[in-house]
Amino acid sequence: MEDIIISTLQRTMVAGTPLLLATTGEIICERSGILNLGVEGVMAIGAVTAFIVTMTTGSPWLGVAVAIAAGMTISIIHAFASITLQANQVVSGLALTMLGLGLSGMIGKSYVGKPLLIKMEDWNIPWFSDLPWLGKIFFSQSPFFYLAILLALVSWFFLERTRLGIEIRSTGENPQATETQGVNVSKLRYLSVIIGGGFSALAGAHLSISYSKSWIEGMTAGRGWIAIALTIFALWNPGRAIWAAFVFGGIFVVQYLLQPLGISPNFLAMLPYIATLLILLLISLKDPKKLNAPAMLAEPYKRGKR
Amino acid sequence: MKKIQTLEMKKISKSFHGIFANKDIDLKVESGEIVGLLGENGAGKTTLMNILYGLYQPDSGQIRINNQDIRINNPVESINFGIGMVHQHFMLIQNHSVIENIALGYKETPFFFPKIKIREKVEQFSEKFNFNIDPDKKVWQLSAGEQQRVEIIKALLNGADLLIFDEPTSVLTPEEIKELISIFRQMKASGHIIIFISHKLDEIMDICDRVVVLQKGKIVGSTDTKDTDKKSLARIMVGRDISFNIDKKKIARGRKILSVDSISVMGDKGLDAVKNISFELFENEIFGVAGVSGNGQRELAEAITGIRPIYSGKIKINGSDITNKSPRDIYDTGISHVPEERIKFGIAPGLFLYDNAVLKQHHLKKFSRRWFLKYSKIKNHTEDIIKDFNVSTHSINSQIRNLSGGNIQKLILGREISEQPQLLVASHPTYGLDVGATQFLRRHLLSLRKQGSAVLLFSEDLEEIFELCDRIAVIFDGEFMAILDSDDKNLSEIGPMMAGSKRLKKQ
Repeated sequence: MEDIIISTLQRTMVAGTPLLLATTGEIICERSGILNLGVEGVMAIGAVTAFIVTMTTGSPWLGVAVAIAAGMTISIIHAFASITLQANQVVSGLALTMLGLGLSGMIGKSYVGKPLLIKMEDWNIPWFSDLPWLGKIFFSQSPFFYLAILLALVSWFFLERTRLGIEIRSTGENPQATETQGVNVSKLRYLSVIIGGGFSALAGAHLSISYSKSWIEGMTAGRGWIAIALTIFALWNPGRAIWAAFVFGGIFVVQYLLQPLGISPNFLAMLPYIATLLILLLISLKDPKKLNAPAMLAEPYKRGKR
Repeated sequence: MKKIQTLEMKKISKSFHGIFANKDIDLKVESGEIVGLLGENGAGKTTLMNILYGLYQPDSGQIRINNQDIRINNPVESINFGIGMVHQHFMLIQNHSVIENIALGYKETPFFFPKIKIREKVEQFSEKFNFNIDPDKKVWQLSAGEQQRVEIIKALLNGADLLIFDEPTSVLTPEEIKELISIFRQMKASGHIIIFISHKLDEIMDICDRVVVLQKGKIVGSTDTKDTDKKSLARIMVGRDISFNIDKKKIARGRKILSVDSISVMGDKGLDAVKNISFELFENEIFGVAGVSGNGQRELAEAITGIRPIYSGKIKINGSDITNKSPRDIYDTGISHVPEERIKFGIAPGLFLYDNAVLKQHHLKKFSRRWFLKYSKIKNHTEDIIKDFNVSTHSINSQIRNLSGGNIQKLILGREISEQPQLLVASHPTYGLDVGATQFLRRHLLSLRKQGSAVLLFSEDLEEIFELCDRIAVIFDGEFMAILDSDDKNLSEIGPMMAGSKRLKKQ
């Protein structure tokens, strides 16, 4: 029994990692006032590039770096459409998702089903990993796990405790007032969208080279969409995103736990998505004023217009 | 030593779409001076100051600081020259704290942990100018006066020697205005230059050393305030004598139309915005609600017209209960509404004039048959409104967003009173309109009163309230502080009542 609980929690952390990465990225992006629905597509791009580069060069870290670069590059499309052209951000984001999913399927065609033999070693944190229970759950995980938590904390720090963070958040709240204070709104928004894209790609890289160590088309399986829902659930706060992501990681894992009880696996596979709908439902019951949503989220901003 | 000893604007011209907003303007200000910029709406005051603040580029002309020619390409350069502006609509981030707002604007905010340093700065300033602001409060929790002080701190922190205030008193209570004036005096004493934009003569006379009068983009007069008086300023401002009184005859009021019985209404923030208000309205009567905006006027108007739910109390018209009925039902019982923020709530900007002329009436038999609209009737009706209400437009087949504010407001008024309402609820009907349109609208409200309708008028403009109303209620924080007849002696204390510091017993 003890073993089951420990291994469930351990896998919860693994399943929550990509959600946390993608959610943190989306939070940064949305805080600057840009809604990016392209997370799912950018994740797929990240997953496929990380997989291919790792397989061909043998270096997982190079794979991660190339994936991040690819994710950032493709996000520029969304940034250009929604910031420079002031296009509808929903449409542009959806287009990015479709582009990313399609492109990744095409690029990765010949790699489908091939196993990845290069392993990214888990990091055992000295002393801590020997702790009973906690050691296995928290301190002998893949590097992605530590990176995700570290990046979420760093993002929180940057958004809340630095001048840049105040500028990014102000941009999402009131771009016009921010501009009159001498801040370059477009530049900050580009920066935020591109950073967000890097995070999404990193989440994808985790899926293909650490989580499942293989590539198949559509392996992101809606995680990008869940990350967008988690952004709302976390009230646009990377700190809250940490536990929100791992709660959802738990829901991903709990289906394997429930299978022996005779519940249809098809039904269990729906759980994360049902849970997503439920939290969106719950959160919309809350007073919108208390949600903390960036006031100008998804509103195109044109300079010099009154 | 101040960075700006003198600032000159020479032969400044600026036009929009071929129409001059400023033409050949010369303005010179010196250290330690408070200069008033007086003019009607659309006279070009704000345009001129936006040029100085770098938001617009002049078509021609020169700006000089300390006798040196300069160019100001954007607000940041303007700030670096020592110019600061407190906009009419505050440039603040509502959801952020005072500290975060100030950190955003301050040039020397450190990158890491900016709040620590800014907190010290804010505390220093609060002490120096006797501001009492909690730096951790969110801006939306502050009163208008406090928000204005945040703007002042922002400007002064960046080393502004010349401060431009665009209609700073329009959102303040009389008490807050007094405090603002004392802040002005303090800044003047320390050598700052203040340019004060206003269309209120009293304040200009009170505050300024010198006044420059703009009319249709040109300077039509410039004088020291001690050498002039209100009446001659008014004459210069509008180019003719204006009478401060509209001809209003006393009319005996008729039977009761509306009774509001201790209603309470919630505001957007989930707090009580209207608290237990009761009053009655009669035929041939204009009932004014005076007060600083944001004290429940909007919520009260919306409750009566059915837009906002009432959670306790009752509203009756001619004895029949209309509490929480739908806006259309309420309109059909004879209550019309001229809403505040006319562009947002009064019209559909992208639709044609004739669509907008029947926004509330299209379901009536005369304009529609089942699912179809009778466009010829609608267009005839629109033509009638345009003629009767002097709406100037080249065609009823154009989008209403192309009209000026005054013409939009005339069309809205025409639409609202075309069905002879028993009660017209008018919220700030003349806000932002020029003198001509204002007089036109006021005359129509009076003629409505003469024809036997009741008018419920919300206004921040006390002159308007005094001119038009038979009875005046003073609202503060969702409650009526008093309901007074127009000849009541207590009216002289309307200022303290608006600020909530005086309250009369219910009559």
